[in-house]
Amino acid sequence: MRVPRLPRFPRVLVAVLALALLAAGAAALTGLPGLAGDRDAAAAVRTSEQRIQVRGGPEAPGPVSLDTTLYLPETTPAPAVLVAHGFGGDKTSVDADARDLAARGFVVLAWTARGFGASTGRIALDSPDHEVADARQLVDWLSTRPEVVRDGPGDPRVGVTGGSYGGALSLLLAGYDRRIDALAPVITWNDLGQALFPEAAAATAPPVDTPARGTFGPDGVFKRGWAGFFFAQGATGSPAGRAAGADATPLTCGRFTAQICAAYTEAATTGLLSPATAELLRRSSPASVTDRITAPTLIVQGERDTLFGLDHADANARQIAAAGGTVRVVWYAGGHDGEAPGDAVRAEIADWFDHYLAGRGDAPGAGFAYAVRSELRTNRDTPTERTVVAEGYPGLPGAPPVPTESIALAGPPQPVVHPAAGSPAAITALPGVGGQLGDLGGRLAAVTSEIPGQSARFRSEPLPAPVTIVGAPRAELTVSRVPGQPGADEAVLFGRVSTVSADGRRTLLGGAVAPMRIPVPADGSPARVTITLPGVVAPVRAGDRIVVSIGTTDQGYASPDDPAVWRIELDGALSVPVVPGRAVTANTVPIGYVIGIGVVLAIALGAGVAGWIRRRRRPTRVTGDPDLPLEITGLAKTYRGGVTAVSDVSFSVERGMVLGLLGPNGAGKTTALRMLMGLVRPSAGAIRAFGEPIGPGAPVLARIGAFVEGPGFLPHLSGHENLRLYWAATGRPAAEARLQEALEIAGLGDSVHRRVGTYSQGMRQRLAIAQAMLGLPELLVLDEPTNGLDPPQIHAMREVLRRYAAAGRTVLVSSHLLAEVEQTCTHVVVMHHGRVVAAGTVEEIIAGGGAASFTVDAPQRAAAVIAALEGVRDVAVDGTLVHAELNGAPRASVVRALVTAGIDVQSAGPRRRLEDAFLQLVGEDTAP
Amino acid sequence: MSDSPPTHRGHVGTFAAGSAASRPSYRPERTLPVRVELVRQLRRRRTSVTFALMALLPVILWVAFSLASEGPPGGSFNFVDLAKQSAPNFAVFALFASSGFLLVVVVALFFGDTVASEASWSSLRYLLAAPIPRTRLLRQKAIVAGLLALAAVLLLPVVSLIVGSLAYGTGDLVSPAGESLGFATAAGRVLLGALYVAVQLSWVAALALLLSVSTDAPLGAVGGAVTVSIVSQILDQITALGDLRNWLPTHDATAWSALLAEQVDWGEMTRGVFAALSYALIFGALAAYRFHRKDTL
Repeated sequence: MRVPRLPRFPRVLVAVLALALLAAGAAALTGLPGLAGDRDAAAAVRTSEQRIQVRGGPEAPGPVSLDTTLYLPETTPAPAVLVAHGFGGDKTSVDADARDLAARGFVVLAWTARGFGASTGRIALDSPDHEVADARQLVDWLSTRPEVVRDGPGDPRVGVTGGSYGGALSLLLAGYDRRIDALAPVITWNDLGQALFPEAAAATAPPVDTPARGTFGPDGVFKRGWAGFFFAQGATGSPAGRAAGADATPLTCGRFTAQICAAYTEAATTGLLSPATAELLRRSSPASVTDRITAPTLIVQGERDTLFGLDHADANARQIAAAGGTVRVVWYAGGHDGEAPGDAVRAEIADWFDHYLAGRGDAPGAGFAYAVRSELRTNRDTPTERTVVAEGYPGLPGAPPVPTESIALAGPPQPVVHPAAGSPAAITALPGVGGQLGDLGGRLAAVTSEIPGQSARFRSEPLPAPVTIVGAPRAELTVSRVPGQPGADEAVLFGRVSTVSADGRRTLLGGAVAPMRIPVPADGSPARVTITLPGVVAPVRAGDRIVVSIGTTDQGYASPDDPAVWRIELDGALSVPVVPGRAVTANTVPIGYVIGIGVVLAIALGAGVAGWIRRRRRPTRVTGDPDLPLEITGLAKTYRGGVTAVSDVSFSVERGMVLGLLGPNGAGKTTALRMLMGLVRPSAGAIRAFGEPIGPGAPVLARIGAFVEGPGFLPHLSGHENLRLYWAATGRPAAEARLQEALEIAGLGDSVHRRVGTYSQGMRQRLAIAQAMLGLPELLVLDEPTNGLDPPQIHAMREVLRRYAAAGRTVLVSSHLLAEVEQTCTHVVVMHHGRVVAAGTVEEIIAGGGAASFTVDAPQRAAAVIAALEGVRDVAVDGTLVHAELNGAPRASVVRALVTAGIDVQSAGPRRRLEDAFLQLVGEDTAP
Repeated sequence: MSDSPPTHRGHVGTFAAGSAASRPSYRPERTLPVRVELVRQLRRRRTSVTFALMALLPVILWVAFSLASEGPPGGSFNFVDLAKQSAPNFAVFALFASSGFLLVVVVALFFGDTVASEASWSSLRYLLAAPIPRTRLLRQKAIVAGLLALAAVLLLPVVSLIVGSLAYGTGDLVSPAGESLGFATAAGRVLLGALYVAVQLSWVAALALLLSVSTDAPLGAVGGAVTVSIVSQILDQITALGDLRNWLPTHDATAWSALLAEQVDWGEMTRGVFAALSYALIFGALAAYRFHRKDTL
């Protein structure tokens, strides 16, 4: 009661709102613990650029200057990570990775490898004497830095990571430098000779142990597409001036060393791997050192990679594990033909270093995870994908070999033609652009990967159950000569695996081919080989067929010039590796968000309970006279924008009154009635009905029936339904409503069952008045009730209102029809300019001025007498009537003056009707 | 009853002279019962049209699938092919196809229209003068709009499952990534997905309600909420915004697809529910505050 009425509820709401915002913000922050923290850490990373001089190495006179950037985390000393870039890039291409790792608390050193960017020297393809030696000297440099944690003198705590070219460097560095404590090579090679001259066929089947074991046979087929792409990157990446400078290296060699340049030229022209090149590539291959790697190794390989396939990761993992190293293998949906590792894989790499370099976090463990991606994309660009985690990488020490499934393939022996010069050639992969093409590349390959006559196909029946191929499928192949047809000593063939859906759509698995060079005996006997097809992760739906095709050409590979015809036979079945595992989901429900949800619900519940308690506590405060139907004191309303509609209005309505509220348009009548209905909050003052204050939703409103500013009905319901549902909405018993009688007041007849939308204005008006009368409210408020009614209805309405009040109830009628008010109302309140200008009984108002009429026997004389009186004006004669404006003079004194003048006065009284009084009250303002 | 004369003076007089209980048995907590508001809304054409659309959409999809010619071999496998595999796949497609826009419109319609249309009919002032306390009016209307929206959102997958079962059989739900779920499990997951969609759209509901109490134009409220949703979806496409997109209310709108895997990742859905409910709370509180303060004209 001490508190003013109005501000109470809003204050509760404001508090709830503030709480909600606060809690939502707080919960969001706890829900995203990494977000704010990561940003701070990332912002705290400092960088410094410096050039580090390293020895040139064999055949490279003078030192080489490496362009480096050191990233320092917020707190040092910390363990260090070397981040190596890919082929054709420089230190800036790994900036994001470096910053991520620095934000995770590592000192990170990124550098531009020799022969690239701003570093000097020539590209030696991760040669142990050059690039690897450079990296070892960078480790030396790190060991001198005070920001880096040391395991011993000259031995920093350091890990190394990098993609592709940088990935191989990671492996080679770990093999040559025992100071490396952990490494994470990404999409890289095991054997560069195999990567550039792959061979998928072997006379004797390699063991079935790991899922993606490649054949890695000798004397493979030159992968000229990729080789050319990379050579061009190294060759064009140099400023011409420097390349043609002091040393007499041909411009065609770009920034490659003479040795590499010569080897490439030889391979590209002959399509064959010479022993010298083989040795060169061997020294650049991690395969040469994997048995020496003891640091924990996280091998990340891409599932869409025709350059360094899953077989290379498989070999790295197999070899390192065989030598006793700790290996974890992750296959992600991407690679040189797809995208770079996503956030999840990058986080996994950071976790790896976190554990093995900094001792933070749980041991990631030697496991195996692979991504299963379908061709379907949601929202046009989001691939549908799931990640599966297996117990371990099958076939490694301590893990059982990979399970395989056999899928029967059928197809007769078929001849295949190798065209002269290998042209036209099937197109499967587009080196360097496959990633950008994304989905389109796969679709293109489906069309361009088969050229009629060039391939033999072997199909399975539609699969009865779905299967997910995880690794490299294998098949037994027989190749023989076709008598009478040309044929070389060896057949160069390309194996592909596709799925074909029921409606004929082909998908080339992995977008990759398995090249093979098979010597075919000249005596006509067939060559039998086991071929290892490209390693893939491919979900195959039930009902799809698997097709193995063996073709004679592929755009990405060198093939012989001489035409040939081969007879291809596929024996029996395709052996498909499957790696069971559980679909991993971050099955930890994020606790922050769960708490957040709880907080949100609690706030909502709390607001509800608070509202309920507040309602329960609020007493019905009778502050006025409970017998007074309406009491308005000092009421004012200023709308937003400063328009004052009502100011200082006070009047009261007593029981049994029929009060007319009069006023010109804009007088504030409607605003006052709106406040009376609790629709509009008064700016000042109070309204009490039956002693209870009226505000929005005040219970006492149940005792007031109102019709203000036109009817409001649901147009899709009938009049009857509208009234019935309106009453139901008040929550009061149906018996109190007196619905039938109210409908009779409306007098709508059968129309009452029609949709209100079809009613005329008058019908709605009557229905609305009936609605106001539902439940026989003690105070009935009607705003212009006779609008749209015809004379008989107006007459009936007048009767209704009079009898309504006669039964002890009260009626408040606002109207501008003065005659109407005069005939209906007992009392009148006149409003003007938002103020009450007069109030009283109808008679009082009418008499309030000074106009009077006198019925006399001698009008002309009487007029003269009256006009002579002081103050009197506007004297007029109308038959036996004399009208005059007495202007305050009592009528009695005028009568006396007339009588004294000998004039007989028959009657004397107020002249005006209500209209005159009204016009006088509102003055000239109403005049147009 | 006769049509003319329209008013019966005798009856009226008796009525007007009659007496009612001096204190009406008014109780604020009994006003606007859910049942009454439900009847008021269910009789509206827009309600029945919406429900009819929800029930018809799967049939329309089925007809469209049947009419579509077989794609040429070589085209890539797409969602339509997947949808034709089984009833659950069909239902998933229907839900995916409609959750981005259609269901947003439906939810916005039920919530955005509820107060604004009463205001436009002028019936709002009579409800408030009945009197129905404002908070209660808003709550009851929100409850009814919520029931209708939930029913509409659930109707779609239910009908889809039925139509799908008749057209494509009660096979397994086949995920594109090679997993499959039995029909019963899959049907449950689809319904759970629809439930998630409904909860996720609560922010649209609250926003529409806020706009509904702020305007007398029902279309403005509905359109406003839908527009905000579309803008949020567009911003979500801008990958350059990075983590900021996590704060968009529509960011996790399709997170329910996690339900289609054997192992359900609840992470995104939890975040989605939290984000949606947070926005709903803020918009809802603003709606209640605004409606309570508002001068109803």
